Order: sequence, then structure tokens, then C-alpha cells
Amino acid sequence: MTNSFEIDGITVPFSNGQTIMDAALTAGIYIPHLCHNPEFKPHGSCRLCTVLINGRSVAACTTPAGEGIVVENETHELVTQRRLLLKLLFVEGNHTCPGCEKSGACQLQAVAYHCGMLAPEFVHFYPKRSIDASHPDTIIDFNRCILCELCVRASRDSDKKAVFNISGRGIQAHLTIDSPSGKLADSAFNSSDKAARVCPVGAILPKHKGYNIPIGQRLYDQAPISQVGDVAKHQEVADE
Amino acid sequence: MIEQRPVTIEQLETAAQPEKLRRIAIEPLTRVEGHGKVTLLLDDENRIQQARLHIVEFRGFEKFIQGRPYWELPVLVQRLCGICPVSHHLAAGKAIDQLVGVEQLTPTAEKVRRLMHYGQMLQSHALHFFHLSSPDLLFGFDSEISQRNIVGLINAHPDLAKQGVLLRKFGQEVIRVTAGKRIHGTCAIPGGVNKALDSSERDYLQQDIHQIITWGQGALELARKLFMEALETNQQFARIDTHMMSLCQDDGALELYHGGLRVTASDGSRMMDKIDYREYDQHIREEVKSWSYMKFPYLQHLGPEKGSYRVGPLARINNCDTIDTPLAEAGRIEFRSLNNQGLVQSTLAYHWARMIELLHCAEKIEQLLDDPDLLGTDLKLSGEMRQRGIGVIEAPRGTLIHDYEIDDDGLVSRANLIVSTTHNNRAMNESVRTVAADLFNGQEITEGMLNHIEVAIRAYDPCLSCATHALGKMPLVIELQQPDGQIVDRLIKDTQGELKR
Ligand code: SF4
Ligand code: FES
Repeated sequence: MTNSFEIDGITVPFSNGQTIMDAALTAGIYIPHLCHNPEFKPHGSCRLCTVLINGRSVAACTTPAGEGIVVENETHELVTQRRLLLKLLFVEGNHTCPGCEKSGACQLQAVAYHCGMLAPEFVHFYPKRSIDASHPDTIIDFNRCILCELCVRASRDSDKKAVFNISGRGIQAHLTIDSPSGKLADSAFNSSDKAARVCPVGAILPKHKGYNIPIGQRLYDQAPISQVGDVAKHQEVADE
Repeated sequence: MIEQRPVTIEQLETAAQPEKLRRIAIEPLTRVEGHGKVTLLLDDENRIQQARLHIVEFRGFEKFIQGRPYWELPVLVQRLCGICPVSHHLAAGKAIDQLVGVEQLTPTAEKVRRLMHYGQMLQSHALHFFHLSSPDLLFGFDSEISQRNIVGLINAHPDLAKQGVLLRKFGQEVIRVTAGKRIHGTCAIPGGVNKALDSSERDYLQQDIHQIITWGQGALELARKLFMEALETNQQFARIDTHMMSLCQDDGALELYHGGLRVTASDGSRMMDKIDYREYDQHIREEVKSWSYMKFPYLQHLGPEKGSYRVGPLARINNCDTIDTPLAEAGRIEFRSLNNQGLVQSTLAYHWARMIELLHCAEKIEQLLDDPDLLGTDLKLSGEMRQRGIGVIEAPRGTLIHDYEIDDDGLVSRANLIVSTTHNNRAMNESVRTVAADLFNGQEITEGMLNHIEVAIRAYDPCLSCATHALGKMPLVIELQQPDGQIVDRLIKDTQGELKR
């Protein structure tokens, strides 16, 4: 007899040690998320995966599944709340989808569609951020970073390099690169690193390749993110 | 018989003693994407001495793309213009081919881009002729404003209006098939394209192409007929004599996508030919004038006074020796017979030339759809990176120049764009002056004068939203002003075409 719990009325089996997110992903139930990637230790920072257990808000990616718990996921309130979070993410950075090479294969854009965000609501901050194109193979556009720390975790835990870091707090928080000049070219980063393939948005990208995939064949052109899943899951294949 | 009054472009807009002149300003009330304003300066005898068409151009763009990765350019520059984004996409695409060291694309890549380009040209020309200009031409410049628009056209000539809509739609479908979307798609990438056509896409376009060619023939015949019906008036209206510049094939055939620069002098003699467009800055200079945001390009060896020229359909059809599609070539021969010795200089002949090109594009699309290369798989080449890339294309409104430099990291460090409307800047001013001078009664601004100025500007199909509004919807203010600033007359036309003083 396996353990199980409920998400929006659907019975979901789980094994000991699994989070609500793990169990949902295994069962093919989509809980919107940005800072989560099953390959890395959960971080619980974007709060997009917030669900309700007995009326209490928890992050699905960090909360262990429990026998018989009742989880609310796609309720009107939660979707509205997620939309608000997403709108804030859009105004904090410079996310101009029509010109962005990641458009159509961007997790932020795809989650926003999933949550029914069709237009911006708030005044954009238009922060002044730079581009680091110093590396021969990889470019970093800080304008699009959502501070999910996936590259930080991938570089530290998987590549054993700790090339990336987040510095500063609150609105000052930003991604930094560990090298004498602060430039990617002077760091230990290599384009074959795991950290090069985990960014859910268009912040870490291979150089010279933008728009190679025609509209209609991009990751989220055919099916929504709730069926396709994360960008990172497909990244390795795409790089072949 | 109309008096022969050849006006040269050199007589232009700089009056000898501007401080002594009274001013008439024509200014649109609403500003959507850019706006135009016409100032007319009068001398003491109340003659129109000077015309200045002020256009706000989005020059900030060259700054905006600085520091961006070069491979983003074809997509970013589409946002320069809501009217011909595909032309910017392809000009930037040609420039970045050079940045990655590719001189010649694969046959598939070049043909896919050409298909896209002909689709864009067809839809833009159809929009301009049927929606914006044919009401003026069919009903007369001074006809009821309420009738002189696309709605009036639909009521009076429903078949024609429908053809216009469907021609445009076909061009947009060509763009959609090649770019993935009707607007702001993707296609050109460094050294090639990101997709070819599959056979179902080809078949989809092929099923309509014969109809499109037939309608294109009809449109050309209509444009020809409208011009010939009032030949002498049309030949003189807003007429100026200028040099003409366009790309041309090496054998002198009409070329819209790629070729050498050719300039024919106003007297019909050949001034430049087969010039590698990457040397454009050795031949073309841009003059800045304090009263205009838009620069004034001129041929460097002639200087700013004598070196201005026209671009666009009129220049291209005049410049080429032949057209490599039979129906358009027949149209060209008839067009050029208007003036066998020199160039056809009539400003209103732009419309006729535009329809020769529309038909040519339809014929070209037909040829391409029969070409197996369009379905090929060889999409992209690469080479040695370079610091500078220059892409030039014949956009619907004329020669379009994109010039970029990148740094060692591949980020844009400098950009220079010369858009089609800018080349025609001086010519448009002079055409406006000619029309205004003909019609000004020395007293007040008349509705007829306002209408005719609009028609003259529109012949050039300038890329400013106020001029591309349906006629009668172009909101304008005309002011008659004395040197001391006192306004002695004002005529206002709102978006509904209502006139107020
Ligand atoms: S660069 Fe990408 S992966 Fe790294 S923190 Fe920013 S958004 Fe996350
Ligand atoms: S995915 Fe759970 S907090 Fe970001």
C-alpha cells in the first residue's frame, strides 16, 4: 500500500522524502514553478509554487508530501496570486518578449501564459543592466535574470566551480560572477557546464545562435508548459 | 495647355532672406508614430518661397541597439517601423551575413528571403495603392472628403476594394509562411534563414498565385489608365526633375533584393553604376538642417545643393533597362514611352511605377514557388567573423541602408541607418513647394491647397503615420504666420475631415 495525498481532488502517490512538487511532477500534475529543478536542492525563493494545505500557504517545492493531505493548486485565488507575482517579475527586469531570442522557449513567458497573464499591469522599472559577452561561447544578459539561483546551484553543486553568486538584498540583489574582472571570460566557466543549461529564461544563452529555431517549432509553440515541462529538461537534447 | 515649368530640386527650401518671409505651418493634431508638419514661407509679394516638411524620425533607435548582440538585429530592427518591418529585418539580415563572413547564401536561404521580400513588397504596394491612394485618384483630389477613403471605395467600386484587400492578404500570408508570423516573425539569421518551405506551405501559396497575377495586371492597368486620363495635369502635378537612385542587377535589370547601386542623372544620363553598396558612404553624405530632425542625403560628388535624388518605385522603374518578368516588363516599356529620351519625372507616376512592381513581385513569387530550392534543407553558412556589416535592400519606399559595427565580443558598437523616406526628404519638400505655389491665392489657405499638398506627399508613400492615414483623415493645421509670429490665417482639419478656421 503506497502513500498518497490529493491535489485538486486527484489522488497522487508519493514515496517517503518526496516533496509535494516531486510527487506532482512524477504524477504529471503541473504546479507552476520557476526556481525549481528536480536535479538540484529546492530553494523556495520564487514562491510561484505556493499551494494551500488546509488553508495554509506553503511552497510545494520545499514542503514534504504527507499521507492524506489535501492540496489546493489551480484555484482562482492561487492563480490570481501567481499572476501578480509574475507581473512583478516582468516589471523588475527588462523582459521584452517580441525581441527576445528566448521567446517561445522561455519558462517565464510560458508560465505567464499558463496563469493567464496577457498584459502588463504595473509600471516597468526599466532597470539599467548590462550584458556580459566576454566569453567566446556564452552570453549573459542580466536584463532578463530573475534570480532563481539555478545557475548558482548548478555551478556549485554539479560543476563544482561556484562561478555564480547572488549579491545584495531585496531590489539590490543581482547575479555576480566569480572572477578577477567580474567577467565570465575570466571565470572558470565553460560552455559545457551544467550551469550553461539551467537558466529558465533568456539570461544565459549560447552565442551566435539566436532565432535558429523557427516560430512554430519552439519548445512551447506546440503545447503549453503544463504538458511540456521545464526548459532545462529539454536543454541537453537541444544542444546535441 | 499647361505651361511647361520645369522645377529643379536645387531651387529648394532655403529662401534667400527667410527672416522677411511669412510662414504657413501645416501641422497634424494627433501624433501616433511620427508626425509631419509643413511650413510654407511667403515673401513680401505673397508668393510661396520655401516649403519645409518636418518629420520626426525615430533616430533614437541607433542608440537603442548599441550594446546588443549582433544576431538580435534583424528581430530588433523590425520594431523601427510598423509599416515595413520585413524590409528592416532583411536589410539587417544582409548586414549580419557579412558580420559572420558569409558573402553568398545557399540557394535555399536566398530564395526564402527573396520570397519573403516579394511578399512584403506586394502587400505594402497593395495597401498604399488601394487603401490610401486610389480614392484620391478615382474620385478626384477635391471630391467629398467623406467619400474619398477606403469606405467610399468599397461603396463605389466593391470589386476593386476586395481585390486590394485580398492582394494584401496574400502578401501577408507569404510573410507568415516564411517568418512564422504575419508581423514580427523570424526568418533571417546570420548566414541564412531558420526555415525553408515545406510542400504543403508551397501548395497553399501556389493555389492563389494565378489569381494574384491577374489582379496585379488589373491594378497596373488601372494605375496606367488613371494617369493617362488626365495626362498633362498628372505630368505636371508636384513635378520636379531629380536624379534617381536604386539597386540594379549588373545587366541593368530591375532588382529589389540585391545588386549594385545605380544613379541616373535627371537628364537621363548614367551617373553611377554597379557600385558595391558597401561603399555607400563614399558616395552618399547626409546633410543636417537645424529645422528638421530628418537628414538630407546627397551624392557626395555633386554636393548638397545639386546632389539630391529620389528613390522608390519611380526611381527603380526609371533606372532599370529591363525587368526579368514578362508582364511587368511590358508594363515598364509602356511606362518609359512617356519619355523616351529622359526620365519619367512626374511625381504622380510613382503610383503607376508602384503597380508595375506589384505585378513584378507577383510574377517573381510564381517563379519561386515553382523552384525546388525553396524546399531545400541547406539553410545556413558560416565564415570568419568581421567587424563591419552593411546591408542594403530595395524596400517598398526605396533604398534602405543598414550599417553596423561590432566589438570583439559581438556587441553592436555603432549603427547607421538611412531609411527610404530620408532619401526622398528634399524631393518631398520641393514637390510640396511646387503644389503650394501653384494653388496659393495670396490670401488664405484653401481646402484645395491642403488637399493637394496631401496628395503630393502621399505619392512618395512616406513612412510616417500621419501621411499614411486614409486621405481625409490626415489631421492637419495650417497656419499663416507673419515674421513677428502673428497668425493671420489658420485652417484646421480634424481626423473626421471637418474643417474649422
Ligand atoms: S541567470 Fe538564469 S539561472 Fe541564473 S539566477 Fe538568473 S535567471 Fe536564474
Ligand atoms: S519553485 Fe518553489 S519557490 Fe520557486
